[in-house]
Amino acid sequence: MTHLALNDVHVTIKGSHILQGVTFEVPENKVVALLGRNGVGKSTTLKAIMGLYPATGSITLNNKELVGTKTHHIVRSGLAYVPEDREIFASLTVKENLSLAERDKNPHYDLVYSLFPELKTRSGQRAGTLSGGQQQMVAISRVLLNKNSLLLIDEPTKGLAPKLVTEVADALAKVSGSSTMLLVEQNLALVKRVAEHIIVMDQGKVVFTGGPENLRNEEFVKKMLGVSGGSH
Amino acid sequence: MDTFILIAVTGIGLGALYFLVACGLTLIYGLMGVLNFAHGIFLTVGAFFGLWAANTFFKNGSTIDYILSALVGGIGAGLFALLVEQLVITRLYDRHIDQALVTVGVALVVGAMLSGWFTNDMRMLPSPAWFMDAVQVGNANIPKDRFMYIAVAAVLLILFIVILRFTRIGLIIRAGVENRQMVSALGINVRLAFSTVFFLGGLAAGIGGVLVASYQGGVTPLMAGSWLIYGFIVVVIGGMGSIGGSALAALMIGVIKQFANYYVPGLGDFVIVFLLAVVLLIRPQGLLGKVSA
Repeated sequence: MTHLALNDVHVTIKGSHILQGVTFEVPENKVVALLGRNGVGKSTTLKAIMGLYPATGSITLNNKELVGTKTHHIVRSGLAYVPEDREIFASLTVKENLSLAERDKNPHYDLVYSLFPELKTRSGQRAGTLSGGQQQMVAISRVLLNKNSLLLIDEPTKGLAPKLVTEVADALAKVSGSSTMLLVEQNLALVKRVAEHIIVMDQGKVVFTGGPENLRNEEFVKKMLGVSGGSH
Repeated sequence: MDTFILIAVTGIGLGALYFLVACGLTLIYGLMGVLNFAHGIFLTVGAFFGLWAANTFFKNGSTIDYILSALVGGIGAGLFALLVEQLVITRLYDRHIDQALVTVGVALVVGAMLSGWFTNDMRMLPSPAWFMDAVQVGNANIPKDRFMYIAVAAVLLILFIVILRFTRIGLIIRAGVENRQMVSALGINVRLAFSTVFFLGGLAAGIGGVLVASYQGGVTPLMAGSWLIYGFIVVVIGGMGSIGGSALAALMIGVIKQFANYYVPGLGDFVIVFLLAVVLLIRPQGLLGKVSA
């Protein structure tokens, strides 16, 4: 069953035609990775889904049209978003960052603290003073507090130390078993671990859709993503 | 020493009035990025609401009646601010030049309407009789009304701090000052926070309007001019979006202005503009403001 569907989505920002007819689907209970070189429109795609950029075309979540819907209504319809640069509230404490994100009557603090026990001990600390990895934990925890039907996660391991990459990857792997997720990620090891489908974008368009097994093909990876597949 | 005490306390009293004007401005700019030139008219509208309440319902000139009139002035100005936000500002989010122009327009139009209805004559606002008295501190005779201004500003400062620190709407406002888009991306209707801020800003300005009317001898449609300018100076020196910064800057400006005017009559405005220039050069984000990314 199709959960999220984009059909001929265009986004133009300050005269630049960033998304040029993006079409793809994210099936229910699947983890889909959105891949591509830098600047091809992956993050813009997530922001367009979230209503943070004005888009044309059609974006539906469970057959409900999202284009033209305000961001907070989109979130309340079950979509949750972890942005590329974390965008935690630096002057608020960890606890305040989390409580701001609460929407459900019984937020899942047990899940959050089981994945990231550190956040419990640092609940009174200002989020701006946390390390990059800890800030990413806060950003991911904000979406895990509520019951969501789809998670949009943008480069969760970007700029993290290898140990923290593993920690964040473990958390995402745990969550991926029970969630529908659209993941933008450059770390192919993580993609291979959690993704069930991959979509490759280039110059604002989808150029490939298929299974993650393609990422084992060195030539495919080099051609599509411009990187080598093994270590990245 | 007596002169020092007199000037310091009257300066703090003046600073309290500046704070009442500035606290709404700083929140509105900090959260919404709206340079609200209509804020001065909120003060005037509040003073007229207060005058109406004092002449209609609270006529016996007691302290309680005065406070109730100020509250009516504040609520009237808060509702007026909400109306301006809903009718004008919500259509112009992220269009800063248009916002500045349209809020100047609102101030001019509403000011002209008030002048047409009430003329520009000063109208006496009934105040408690003790406002005319002085209290002796050492050998200094300090006008008692200054203590009312200081008390009201302190109460509103505490109220705003409590709202911002300990309520969910305050949490949303603080987060919204940092990153409005991300607040929306957490499923929160940030517009509700905007409207709350506009109401609170109008409320403070309206209460300030009633107090300013007592300070300068009455209510007139022209009363807001220099107060709005000082409000902006307080906001810039204190730091956009910082209530604590506004309180600190208002206090500094009130006291420094009084001292400057005492030693060289008329020097106060110059010293404050000089202080503004120094702060902008040394610490552009203001005393307690944050550096924008």
